[in-house]
Amino acid sequence: MADSSHNHDAHDDHGLAHPVPLKLLFAVFFTLVGLTILTVITGQMTFAGFDLALAMVIATCKATLVCLIFMHLKYDKPFLGMIFLFSVLFVGLFLAFTFLDSNEYNADINAWVRDNMTISQ
Amino acid sequence: MSSTTADAHAGGHGHGHDHPKHLAHHFETLEQQYGSGKLGIWTFLLTEVLFFSALFVAYTMYRAQYPEVFQFASQYLDTNLGAINTIVLLFSSLTVAWGVRNAMLGQHKMLCINLLLTLACAGGFMGIKYVEYSHKFHEGTLWGGHVDSIFKADPADISETMKEHSHAWNGDGELVAVKDLDPVFRQRLGLFFAVYFCLTGLHGIHVLIGMILLTWLLLRAMKKEFGPDHFGAIDFGGLYWHLVDLIWIFLFPLLYLIS
Repeated sequence: MADSSHNHDAHDDHGLAHPVPLKLLFAVFFTLVGLTILTVITGQMTFAGFDLALAMVIATCKATLVCLIFMHLKYDKPFLGMIFLFSVLFVGLFLAFTFLDSNEYNADINAWVRDNMTISQ
Repeated sequence: MSSTTADAHAGGHGHGHDHPKHLAHHFETLEQQYGSGKLGIWTFLLTEVLFFSALFVAYTMYRAQYPEVFQFASQYLDTNLGAINTIVLLFSSLTVAWGVRNAMLGQHKMLCINLLLTLACAGGFMGIKYVEYSHKFHEGTLWGGHVDSIFKADPADISETMKEHSHAWNGDGELVAVKDLDPVFRQRLGLFFAVYFCLTGLHGIHVLIGMILLTWLLLRAMKKEFGPDHFGAIDFGGLYWHLVDLIWIFLFPLLYLIS
């Protein structure tokens, strides 16, 4: 970052601008493209029940790269990253509690569907 | 210290204060001002994640309940178009991140070019989305009970991509496999497309809002408003754009790649 407008060490906590090196930006982009191709290829194969898990692992890797470098969480105060992680945590809770609840009513729903669902011809 | 930049701030702010030109009165320092903006945009992104999460939870619940419906319906989505759109959005993320760097370094021309490229990518994304949507309207792969129309479609109206799933089509233009399926299953195919249209639709609205935002930033960048001590708007607009990309990173495998 020799072209930074500030002459001090970029990691000083009082620097306003922290430009991400261009090389790193491009490296991240090409990694993301590579992971996209990978997920398309693995998506066409079958891995005995692990398909979704694998796709989600690849997507999470991509998301982590975007967050850390493109969204520069890597260089920011950890608090900002924590805000984001908390949102993800609450999505997990949302999902978990909805799952618990849905199974509770499954029998009723299925019975209702069998009795009431009409099919248009 | 950040107030001394090579970026010319000739005038316009003519009330003899000694504070930096871009520092609002209610902030002590530029760092504090920038930090507040950053906290604000990240808090907004948190609400965005929760906003989308409702649809992701709906997706997960229905897929868990009817995995075979999702597997079957997903084959009506064009994986190639989805993958191209993913690359387009990733590239737009690169140009936006590059633009933030340009703003930080006071590279006005490159900033404008990168914002223009991002806008072009956003337009390209919406264009491809339009092609996909019109296909679905044409073929009747729609939400709820509307999905049933694909089983009555005139074979002449059915595109080559649909015919490629030939194991499912017979000479009369009927989906043989589907015909033999449980009627309740047929009805439930609309569920997948309801989730598909809600998720991609909400995402598309975010892309459109992002385009408005990018246009506004481009107009300001053309007036050379951004520089090493004043790049907050570009940075925060960029963060929003990256979130739109993040959502798509998950949407793509969840909708298009169900094998």
